[in-house]
Amino acid sequence: MRVKLCASLAVATTLGVAAPPATAQAPVVLKVAIVQQIDSMNPFLAVFQSSTEIGRLMYDYLTAYTAADQTVTEGLANKWEPSADKLTWTFTVPQGKKWSDGQAITAHDVAFTYNLMLTDEIARTANGGFVTNFRDVTAPDDRTVVIRTKTPQVTMLALDVPIVPRHVWEKVGSINDYRNDEVPVVGSGPFVLAEHVPGQFIKLKANKGYWRGAPKFDELHFVYFQNSDAAVQALGKGEIDLVNRMAPAQFDSLQGRAGVTRNKAQGRRFTELMINPGAQTRTGVPIGDGAPALADVRVRRAIAQAIDLDALVARVNLGYADKGAGLVPPVFGKWHWQPGESERRRFDPAAANAALDAAGHPRKADGTRFSLRLIGRAGRAYDEQASEYLKRSMSDIGITLDVRLVSDNQLNEATTAATYDLAFSGWSTNIDPDFVLGLHTCAQRPGADGKGGTTDTYFCDETYDRLYAQQLSEFDEGKRVEIVKQMQARFYDQVPAVVLAYDNALEAYRSDHFARFTTQPAQGGVIMAQNGMWGYYGAEPAGRTAQARGSRWAGLAIGGALIGGLALVVVVMARRRGATAGERE
Amino acid sequence: MRLAGRFGGAALSLLMVAVLGFFLFRVVPGDPVVSMTRGRPVTAEMQAALRAQFGLDRPLHEQFWTYLTSLLRGDLGTSFTFRRPVAEVILDRVGPTVLLVGTATLIAVLLGLWLGVRAAWRRDSAFDRVTTGVSLTLWAVPTFWLGMLLMMVTGDLFPSRGMRDTDTAPDLLSQALDVGHHLVLPSLTLVAVVCAEYALVMRSSLLEEMHAPYLTTARAKGLRDDLVRRRHAVPNAVLPAITLVFLRFGLVVAGAITTETVFSWPGLGLLFHDALTGPDYFLLQGLLVVTAGAVVVMNLLADLLHGVLDPRVGVV
Repeated sequence: MRVKLCASLAVATTLGVAAPPATAQAPVVLKVAIVQQIDSMNPFLAVFQSSTEIGRLMYDYLTAYTAADQTVTEGLANKWEPSADKLTWTFTVPQGKKWSDGQAITAHDVAFTYNLMLTDEIARTANGGFVTNFRDVTAPDDRTVVIRTKTPQVTMLALDVPIVPRHVWEKVGSINDYRNDEVPVVGSGPFVLAEHVPGQFIKLKANKGYWRGAPKFDELHFVYFQNSDAAVQALGKGEIDLVNRMAPAQFDSLQGRAGVTRNKAQGRRFTELMINPGAQTRTGVPIGDGAPALADVRVRRAIAQAIDLDALVARVNLGYADKGAGLVPPVFGKWHWQPGESERRRFDPAAANAALDAAGHPRKADGTRFSLRLIGRAGRAYDEQASEYLKRSMSDIGITLDVRLVSDNQLNEATTAATYDLAFSGWSTNIDPDFVLGLHTCAQRPGADGKGGTTDTYFCDETYDRLYAQQLSEFDEGKRVEIVKQMQARFYDQVPAVVLAYDNALEAYRSDHFARFTTQPAQGGVIMAQNGMWGYYGAEPAGRTAQARGSRWAGLAIGGALIGGLALVVVVMARRRGATAGERE
Repeated sequence: MRLAGRFGGAALSLLMVAVLGFFLFRVVPGDPVVSMTRGRPVTAEMQAALRAQFGLDRPLHEQFWTYLTSLLRGDLGTSFTFRRPVAEVILDRVGPTVLLVGTATLIAVLLGLWLGVRAAWRRDSAFDRVTTGVSLTLWAVPTFWLGMLLMMVTGDLFPSRGMRDTDTAPDLLSQALDVGHHLVLPSLTLVAVVCAEYALVMRSSLLEEMHAPYLTTARAKGLRDDLVRRRHAVPNAVLPAITLVFLRFGLVVAGAITTETVFSWPGLGLLFHDALTGPDYFLLQGLLVVTAGAVVVMNLLADLLHGVLDPRVGVV
């Protein structure tokens, strides 16, 4: 009798747990996996890439880049004009654009944002670099913003600074303590914040009054995954709709999966092999412990010549990359540089061997010339495989490689302190190439105390620096493009690093939930990590009926059944034990 | 006196943890500010300003003094990663960890001890061989691998990540069911790995008692086998397992770093992982103080409970 009662209870529990909830017209939600934590929702403090990407959806900038070809287009301002001396820029903020609380967006909001950054050091935490050359910012009327700079600044249309509403932020006492995550958060972008649970997810709702028009779906959820394998599995199960930063093997695993569409896009990132060129501080004092042989450009060129980039892309990137050359990836079309026939360095171990002989590094009795250390990141598949490949390539020219794969932090520490010979690295670049080019100027090296450096490769070259200064004040875009290409050619020739590959951005989405996304650029572009918000904003749902996710209630039913089954087993065993004891007695 | 000694020892351990925590994490390689701003267009001046904001530009002894005096006030500092007070960040994560690791530990303890007792009592039986074999296998399996495997083989029956869906109805029942649904895979992974430890310890401990003379006496008194096991053998054999259980309860707060990382479970284990990525010094220090504190307290409790369970311990 007791068994029957327990069994009935178990079944009832199972059914109760498994009963699906009453269905209502559910909002159409785009769920996106993010693999990096959010440090802050305060746009003045948020420095993590994930935070700035979400910030772009909540706050428009003064100008934007088009999705189609990444040219400058209307942001909050629709017109701009530099003065003849290029020291004064006048932006026009048109009528009709509103904050998410309905108040009009004016030039005063823009001036307030920039002035806050100019007067409050904390407000410069995330984007201070954009205003260091500003003399002052004023708003003579509701529609006009006037920015005066100390020196001509060619990047005035690439100010990635979120503009905040003055009527909200002028009441904020301490920027440092303001989290900006209590709804309603007033913004100007296509989405507004609905909920933020740190370490778990962020929910945004469509801004129905967005000046470009409301998004075509209701909510956008960013879900945190610590583990990218789990994110890929979640996409396969339909728990999420969009994932990026996939490894080639993960991307391949989704081939042919029903309801999933993959996007092999041209990425903004390049992978490089840094070669310590004889690191020095800004004051010319040697720093670190790079191999002296590498200070000779002939040796660096020989190393570069001994690496078969085509093979590396085919075997290590599994074809999901383009062969490297200049510092700007091909996705940024006009700025991208490829060496001409006379400049091109071809894979030629024999020539590399001859060059090393000529540079005074003959082979020793054991066939080797000298050894170098190569450091990379442990756990990163690329570094693990490419280091093995490079070991063989260097062996062909008599260089012994001592490979050390270390943690991300150890790698950063070694490259910052210049305690490396060769090291794997990589950068994501912006549409305007100024930042990535600037990383290689002499001024980016650390000060006399060895601190405060932001250099990538410890490169310091007079010709390169002169060209950098030229491009920064060249307002004729055609001429600037030419200078930028010359800089890349100089970098390629001096080889402080070998750009190994331009990594493809590997993304995938549930095409049974969302039929289309806007990529940037239109041809072969990315959905996530754009210079803009088009990827999410332009998402088109496949239809409300297609939004059912996974089979959570089936899971609950099974979970309930397991609990019920377990209860049954316990009861039956208890009965059996009683019976056995009785028999024994 | 003896009690005071034990409390004193625990207090000293906590102090050591607090001091070591500071220096231990300063040895972790990497510059937190460089990690935070990686890939972002930041200038050297901006990096310097960030260092100043977090007090990282001051000499180490000054940082240490600030840390100690703040700790005495209960202030664990501000996390670089989350830009929130460390105490607040940790407090947010205690609940999920206690839920996951607590549930898994409870199931693992009950199941493990039961399996261990049965296996020892029926030594060399098929049950014993299967239990011991499976336990050893699961004990040897890497947790992350088992987690990923479970995630794959269960298909879309259970969620892959987190503690709740973003679109679950806000009512209590829906939320509770959702959390329960998310709890299945991570707790199953933890149980599978941890349960073996209890089963094996309980088994070997009971085997040592099996031939004790007092059991022969009990049987000679005419007690049936079941009672001999329950009333005489198990209470004497359970002490090593109890120590293990309390040590494990201490580690409940520390979470299960690998399991929480595989399933993105928002607990202290995942927080530890995120903090190390920085490295987020203040968060690491706070986590060490809290988790080591929990272990010290649980060890103290196990010590005291031993005296209650086994009067001989109190006398010696």
